[in-house]
Amino acid sequence: MSERLSPEVVAHVAQLARLDLTDDELALYTGQLAAVLEHAADVEALDLSDVPPTAHPLSLVNVLRADVARPCLDRDEVLAMAPSVEEHRFRVPRIMSEEA
Amino acid sequence: MASATAVEVAASIRAGTATARQVLEEHLGRIAVRDGELHAFNEVTGDAARVAADTVDARAGRGEDPGPLAGVPVALKDNLCTRGVPTTCSSKILAGWKPPYDATVVQRLAAAGAVVIGKTNLDEFAMGSSTENSAFGPTRNPHDPSRVPGGSSGGSAAAVAAGFAPLALGSDTGGSIRQPAALCGVVGVKPTYGLVSRYGLIAFASSLDQIGPFAASVEDAAVLLEVIAGHDPLDSTSLDRSGPDLASQLGRGVAGLKVGLVTELTGEGIEPEVAERTHQAAAALEAAGAVVREVSVPSLTYGLSAYYLIAPAEASSNLARYDGVRYGLRTTGAEDITQMYGATRAAGFGPEVKRRIMLGTYALSAGYYDAYYGKAQKVRTLIVRDFAAAYAEVDVLLSPTTPTVAFPLGAKTADPLSMYLNDVCTIPSNLAGHPAISVPFGTGAGGLPVGVQLMAPALGEATMFRAAAVVEAAARHLAPVEVR
Repeated sequence: MSERLSPEVVAHVAQLARLDLTDDELALYTGQLAAVLEHAADVEALDLSDVPPTAHPLSLVNVLRADVARPCLDRDEVLAMAPSVEEHRFRVPRIMSEEA
Repeated sequence: MASATAVEVAASIRAGTATARQVLEEHLGRIAVRDGELHAFNEVTGDAARVAADTVDARAGRGEDPGPLAGVPVALKDNLCTRGVPTTCSSKILAGWKPPYDATVVQRLAAAGAVVIGKTNLDEFAMGSSTENSAFGPTRNPHDPSRVPGGSSGGSAAAVAAGFAPLALGSDTGGSIRQPAALCGVVGVKPTYGLVSRYGLIAFASSLDQIGPFAASVEDAAVLLEVIAGHDPLDSTSLDRSGPDLASQLGRGVAGLKVGLVTELTGEGIEPEVAERTHQAAAALEAAGAVVREVSVPSLTYGLSAYYLIAPAEASSNLARYDGVRYGLRTTGAEDITQMYGATRAAGFGPEVKRRIMLGTYALSAGYYDAYYGKAQKVRTLIVRDFAAAYAEVDVLLSPTTPTVAFPLGAKTADPLSMYLNDVCTIPSNLAGHPAISVPFGTGAGGLPVGVQLMAPALGEATMFRAAAVVEAAARHLAPVEVR
């Protein structure tokens, strides 16, 4: 299992998670994640083909509420906590690249 | 110095023989003396607490009833949202953030007359078992400050153990209330999933997280759980039923109650002193009229592996929201939004949170989903089935809460897997959504507190608390725990 967990795979996972890792972190996590996954080999080895999955402890059905307007969060209070705001909106760095 | 229980404090304030302000100042005084050493709190909200206490006293003075927790100071784990008061999850990524709303439990505490005294330290985003993963430094165990208080709700456990507050709230995803309660010698409860609203609890693993009480006594924990339990339309997983009646049932005893001592959680990997205390607790229940037998719940041995795939998978999804856009940290200098995401999250999250995001993202990624996350969900089914079989035979299950007593700071930080093994006894109840309680029961190695765990099927709180009260009474006849 650990052979699956090459530094290249870990780097790809970090990119999926939008997490910039240093080379040292990459090396550390490659080893530590392999150790946790090796412990999980007991689960991986079980034959559970006839067992249904449980995603949640409750048998949830959709919970609906009456379609009635009610107070929501105060806009100014929410925006006051944002890193950058312009014209009552969240401001973010450029989304499209120059050539796009 | 022996502190009054929450029930005693509320009774004296309601009767007019004490004031909420006096009670608050006593507790603030203890915090001032010792929290510099212990670091149970990220922030002590003394000014707001004085206003709340004075409001309780004014109501009592007018002949009104301020509520069942009248004037009782309560410490809140710093992952519970408090409007206008910083809520950090002990993470740099949320440092300075002030929520625009209160968690439902915070509103219920206020309605019951409780006084919030501060926000307590935790492992960052509740990921850890020692409170060493806090971005603001570790909390220390009041019984021995060279040792950890457990985690992730280590600040709340230490606050109650040190007499900083009679009550505290924590959150429990894989044992984060019960494990620190055991290591600090206090009572800690993980309620049935859905009994307590999660609205305003910052999410870690949504199918496992549940808010619950810390207290110095079983009765206090029961009263606090009664206050915070009950349906909330703001949490779609909240059970549509009224809260349980617990405190009035405590004296009913355990005559005829069937108790199962869990074979898989009392043998290998459990410190001898901890196992011995668990057998003593079983004997105490038997002496009180319960019928005790050993019960095997075989799939529990797979709980740890399943948990450390499921919880990180849910966490990797929940923590995607910390992207520097709407709140919290944003690093400067990024040329585009993708760079900003990666740099902000790298700067804002600590090592354990990064580790779990990586593990969860891997477990959910294409090619590995079936082998890891899918398999773990099926193991969850096995655990639910095995618990159901056990509860066909017995009413409650008994085990240690933790394999060991409190360990020294730094002892397990280098090896994440050794830290994860702390949760082996507590994880199964989260996977099944069942309630469980840790009750202090004497001491183990080094004279440090030991906790025993009682587990019950969903909504079995009343029976579980009755058994806990019997265990607590028996613990009074054991050698006392010495606070250094």
